[in-house]
Amino acid sequence: MANIAQASREETASPLQHGLREAFYAGIIAFGLFFLFIGLKTDQNISNELVLVPRWGLLTIVVGLVMLGRFLYVAYAQPFMARQKIVDVASGLLPDSVATRFFRLPYFIGALVVAAVLLLFAGSLDGIFGSGLAGYLRFFRALAIIYALASVLFYFRAFIHNHFSALGVGVLIAYPIVVVLILALLTGSMAGGFQGSLKWVDNFGIQILIYVMLAWGLNIVVGLAGLLDLGYVAFYAVGAYAYALLATQLGWSFWILLPVAGIMAAFWGVILGFPVLRLRGDYLAIVTLAFGEIIRLVLINWREVTNGAAGISGIPKVSFFGLMSFNVSDPNYIAKVLGIAQSGAYYKIFLYYLILGLALLTAFVTIRLRRMPVGRAWEALREDEIACRSLGINTTTTKLTAFATGAMFGGFAGSFFAARQGFVSPESFVFLESAIILAIVVLGGMGSLVGIAVAAAVMIGGTEILREMEFLKHVFGPDFTPELYRMLLFGMAMVIVMLWKPRGFVGSREPTAFLHERKAVSSSFTKEGHG
Amino acid sequence: MQYFVQQLVNGLTLGSIYGLIAIGYTMVYGIIGMINFAHGDIFMLGAFTALIVFLILGAMFYSVPVVIALLIMMVVAMLLTSLYNWTIEKVAYRPLRGSFRLAPLITAIGMSIALSNFVQVTQGPRNKPIPPMVSQVYDIGGISISLKQIIIVVVTALLLALFWYLVNKTSLGRAQRACEQDRKMAALLGIDVDRTISITFIMGAALAAVAGTLFLMYYGVVAFSDGFVPGVKAFTAAVLGGIGSLPGAVIGGLMIGFIESMWSAYFSIDYKDVAAFSILAIVLIFLPSGILGRPEVEKV
Repeated sequence: MANIAQASREETASPLQHGLREAFYAGIIAFGLFFLFIGLKTDQNISNELVLVPRWGLLTIVVGLVMLGRFLYVAYAQPFMARQKIVDVASGLLPDSVATRFFRLPYFIGALVVAAVLLLFAGSLDGIFGSGLAGYLRFFRALAIIYALASVLFYFRAFIHNHFSALGVGVLIAYPIVVVLILALLTGSMAGGFQGSLKWVDNFGIQILIYVMLAWGLNIVVGLAGLLDLGYVAFYAVGAYAYALLATQLGWSFWILLPVAGIMAAFWGVILGFPVLRLRGDYLAIVTLAFGEIIRLVLINWREVTNGAAGISGIPKVSFFGLMSFNVSDPNYIAKVLGIAQSGAYYKIFLYYLILGLALLTAFVTIRLRRMPVGRAWEALREDEIACRSLGINTTTTKLTAFATGAMFGGFAGSFFAARQGFVSPESFVFLESAIILAIVVLGGMGSLVGIAVAAAVMIGGTEILREMEFLKHVFGPDFTPELYRMLLFGMAMVIVMLWKPRGFVGSREPTAFLHERKAVSSSFTKEGHG
Repeated sequence: MQYFVQQLVNGLTLGSIYGLIAIGYTMVYGIIGMINFAHGDIFMLGAFTALIVFLILGAMFYSVPVVIALLIMMVVAMLLTSLYNWTIEKVAYRPLRGSFRLAPLITAIGMSIALSNFVQVTQGPRNKPIPPMVSQVYDIGGISISLKQIIIVVVTALLLALFWYLVNKTSLGRAQRACEQDRKMAALLGIDVDRTISITFIMGAALAAVAGTLFLMYYGVVAFSDGFVPGVKAFTAAVLGGIGSLPGAVIGGLMIGFIESMWSAYFSIDYKDVAAFSILAIVLIFLPSGILGRPEVEKV
């Protein structure tokens, strides 16, 4: 009854009235949620007692924003989207309609002009407009450039779609070179280019690629075999500590220890695999979570070996296959051998290609394995364990190989991580990391390598970009630190993306076994396993 | 022997808190089959709300009797935390109901990250200590029992009794159990499933808020990151007892509490969590669906 009454009221009420009512409710709820947490702040006074500092102004602003947002959404955005859908269906524009309206030639030319003009006067912006306004203009310029690039991408969308993997690999290989060249042009010297590229190659490139590799590794366990693993970071930790300990104690080279770390992680994967073979679904999830925590707690408490929470430092760098080293003091330092200027950027660029190679190896192995009997067995296991068993597939070995293979790639990534940081501590292997990796796998569309890579770039790159948002300081004042909001926004983005695309970015799968022709199927037709 | 009984008392106190949180996990799991990862942070929100209410009371009145202060803290925490969980369910979980199984798990993890960081951003990253509220300690035959522990155990027992009554004797509880068994059939029989699920979330959050208030009273300190460890332990407790089973959650909570206090008393305090998690793994090897869980019957 209640539903019917509500429906009729919604029909009779104009969108405006409806929006006002919804905004009112949203305001009440937001006030209830926020008045203790935003309206009051607990602070310590001089004698170390907690006191409350009221922030009613901030509370009013936040509640007002929630109400405004809800009002605009209900009164304007919802009717607009509904109308647009009808228009699009009538005009047959449906799949690309929003994008075609958004990317138009006049806009593109406008964006180009704006970007070009602002780039020309880049040096004198501060002088003309003052630093505050210039910050906005720089942000505006970045938006214009992004829009122009997006338009170009959109124009070639069919081509890009057809050659996505090859193009993606090409872009990834060219990325450090392009960054160095652009920055060298901007600063006017090659050394400046290398110096400036550190941030882009290290913080963005390597950081994202590590997560891509981890997510591809976890994808074997979750996406292919359908075993929900909440403790994947344990294998990452095993790999990192294997390299850190063996390299600092025995002095072995990275190239020997990389496979050793992978084998050790795979070994731990099998050890974890045995007890959990009988478990299903969420029982499996909690045991893997517990396993991840056990590994971390052992790393913290086994001080004689792991040096506890202080971690292991002074982990040797990777050498260029033993031919050249990246330590300035060594006789075969790369700059001395090649006769070029010293720079820390060579090592970062080398690491970038190393992790790119490792990630591509993961992808290659995954793609090949999917066509082998064991890969097909994984996917069969994900779809239906009972059918699997009745067809004579040995589920024990199938699950164990999935755990071991996934763990091995986690171990590779871990030893890379240790070599890159030069320092490992249990801090890096908390549950949050497992959650982020799992989120990337699910957000990307389980089982889809391309989708996972896109998800990693969006989620990790997006939060890294927040560190660069200097102009926000002009908006919110100098003591505003965008980094503080990184994880808050990350969590909210996880929720929003999942609500927007519950099946992940790439919601279709290509079957590995097909009868006559390849045809991508919506992944809503395939279910994920229950362990 | 005295030492052993002392540890038993400590374990009972810890276990009560875990049990209260675990009920929220197990109820939500029972009714919509989802691991509510944000529940640990809901517990932390409860503790934080209690902290702020405590400070408000301290600022507004010269002195409030401890019992009344505790009651007010508890009630406000229950109300506000329920509002949080209700909103979260509506915003983040309901649109994904009927979607594939991992989708709500991911939004729950996202919510957990967002909630703890929301508190960090709004209230600061430091530990928040309060002066001790209750400090009496009784000595009974060589075993020292503090009033705090008595309060925790008594409040937990009272709440569990109330909760048992709600689930087993009222129409609301019947509706809940019906939704747990078969949501579609329950809807056909005229049960408002959405409302029932909302109420389940509210009840879970209210119990977690009480656990949070008791946690604050017992330890006298709370920080934004305090939701994770108790959350994981309570989840472990729920699984240990057999997820979906309410008595199982309480038994699992008590077991985790006992294991922890016994291990730190007799072996090493560093490895108490390792012990709890290892025992979980061992129990699950022999009883794959927990102590009181019904084994899943699969129909082909």
